[in-house]
Amino acid sequence: MRVLHLKVNGDDLEVAAPDHWTLLEVLRYRLGLTGSKQGCDKGDCGACTVLLEGKPVLACMTLAGNAQGRAITTIEGLMPAHIARGGSGPDPIQAAFDRCGALQCGFCQPGMILSARALLDRNQAPTRAQIREALSGNLCRCTGYTQIFEAVELAVAESLGVAPAPRAWEAPLAESRAARGES
Amino acid sequence: MLRMPKFELERPASLAEALELLADASVESLIVAGGTDLLPNLKHELFTPARVVSLERLGELRGMRELEGGWLAIGSMTRLDEVAGDARLAARAPALAQACSLVAGPQLRTMGTLGGNVLLDTRCQWYNQTYFWRAALGFCLKKDGSVCHVVEGGAKCVAAASNDSAPALMTLGAELVFVRAGGRRVVPIADLWLADGAMNKKLESGEILTEIRLPPRGAGHRGAYGKLRERGSIDFPLLGVAARLELDAQGAITEADLVLGALAARPVRVRRVAEELAGLRASSNDLDAALGRVAQLAYKQCHPLPNVPGDHEWRREMVPVYVRRTLDAALARQGPVRDA
Ligand SMILES: Cc1cc2nc3c(=O)[nH]c(=O)nc-3n(C[C@H](O)[C@H](O)[C@H](O)COP(=O)(O)OP(=O)(O)OC[C@H]3O[C@@H](n4cnc5c(N)ncnc54)[C@H](O)[C@@H]3O)c2cc1C
Ligand code: SF4
Ligand code: FES
Ligand code: FES
Repeated sequence: MRVLHLKVNGDDLEVAAPDHWTLLEVLRYRLGLTGSKQGCDKGDCGACTVLLEGKPVLACMTLAGNAQGRAITTIEGLMPAHIARGGSGPDPIQAAFDRCGALQCGFCQPGMILSARALLDRNQAPTRAQIREALSGNLCRCTGYTQIFEAVELAVAESLGVAPAPRAWEAPLAESRAARGES
Repeated sequence: MLRMPKFELERPASLAEALELLADASVESLIVAGGTDLLPNLKHELFTPARVVSLERLGELRGMRELEGGWLAIGSMTRLDEVAGDARLAARAPALAQACSLVAGPQLRTMGTLGGNVLLDTRCQWYNQTYFWRAALGFCLKKDGSVCHVVEGGAKCVAAASNDSAPALMTLGAELVFVRAGGRRVVPIADLWLADGAMNKKLESGEILTEIRLPPRGAGHRGAYGKLRERGSIDFPLLGVAARLELDAQGAITEADLVLGALAARPVRVRRVAEELAGLRASSNDLDAALGRVAQLAYKQCHPLPNVPGDHEWRREMVPVYVRRTLDAALARQGPVRDA
């Protein structure tokens, strides 16, 4: 057991944990921050994604001891950080995921949102290809990804003050309505 | 949950301190860089060290510097995304930058280091599994057992060298600098490997890989990397192809090299490539036929095994396809070559 000094979501914390524990184990089982998900626990799925100094990393592949001295952001920290920057309510990406229905079971969502947050922090106007690339280390077993990409694009459009691109379902819906003679 | 076996973590603040810790032979120690290969292996109980020495705080091992004579040194702790995104490397070692850009997914490239990639453990679908899984199968030669499940009756492990950077560094003629307490050695990367999947590298105990050095290359340097995998991200290579060509001022090929990964325990250099291509101009009609012959040479010389996932006969059929595409990409100053 060792006392670790971790900076999590802006708080300086002291927490005791064994040397062989990962950052994910410490977040979930010492600090009660269960927003970071334990999926595969071996680097394949991205459900445990957190930000270290603003860059997305896998908490299940990070030794807790090595996370010392670096700013750790988990999904729990996004809304407080947004409010501290003068915003209100959840981070705009969280709000966009909500509005686009970019989740079903929700297990992948914290990792997806943090990967997307890191992308938008370094690139305010990413293309669909750049969004796909930035989220390519996060697996979703439910949604088929379309709504997730649309959610990130919605957050981008809102931050730029432009109209979002039409959602994938809008054209087929309009077509079938037209075929039925509805407006 | 996959919890690692117990160990003590040391986080030395200097190279000297790290070497001192590693020189202590009374404690079984392993080095961790980015940890993206070691941690899954620890979780699978493939290793059970008493101590893990982290290189995380050794800032001196991160970044690039120019050496005398036009060589470039890349610190072993330089992250894969830093290698992939470096403008200097894109020009003078495109195959390496491209290979690093296709390793795993974005998070793992932020974490994984070039040194850790060079020293990646070999991979096999019967080995990279939990203890429970391996025990159920009766283990295998590489770890805890006595038979090979890939080659029936095989006496030698054939787990695959699956590091994307290795074929690229082989074509580039890279040298590796290893330091240990009271000593130092410089190894051409082609001399690092052993044809044994159980341990495919000649390493000495207590040594740290500090630098990967690239020789100077002229304006006629061309390179590319091609990677076959099932998904467009996260997956290890089912096949990796690195190509290097050197052109003279008239656009004629003076040197050519082709190295393939994820086939056998060590990266495989295709023989007689330079003989086929030397002297041909990048725009000549003969070149097309010669490139086709090189693809067939690779097909004849490469025999993928069912060591990594994926149909090995399909992987073999993809050898000439990826070789041709990667050579074409190198000549066109494009790449990386990927399907997904
Ligand atoms: C889901 C997943 C997908 C992956 N996909 C790929 C892929 O497509 N291609 C690929 O090449 N790799 C892949 N990897 C493996 C890994 O992420 C990379 O190879 C990475 O570059 C390893 O670097 P690291 O710093 O994390 O290595 P570590 O895990 O820290 O170390 C790897 C090995 O090298 C030794 N070592 C490391 N640095 C040094 C040093 N400086 N001196 C002495 N010994 C050292 C360690 O002791 C260990 O044995 C994948 C991993 C995961 C989990
Ligand atoms: S090649 Fe054979 S001995 Fe080597 S890891 Fe695979 S099954 Fe085990
Ligand atoms: S839980 Fe970390 S990558 Fe799956
Ligand atoms: S919503 Fe279920 S995994 Fe993505």
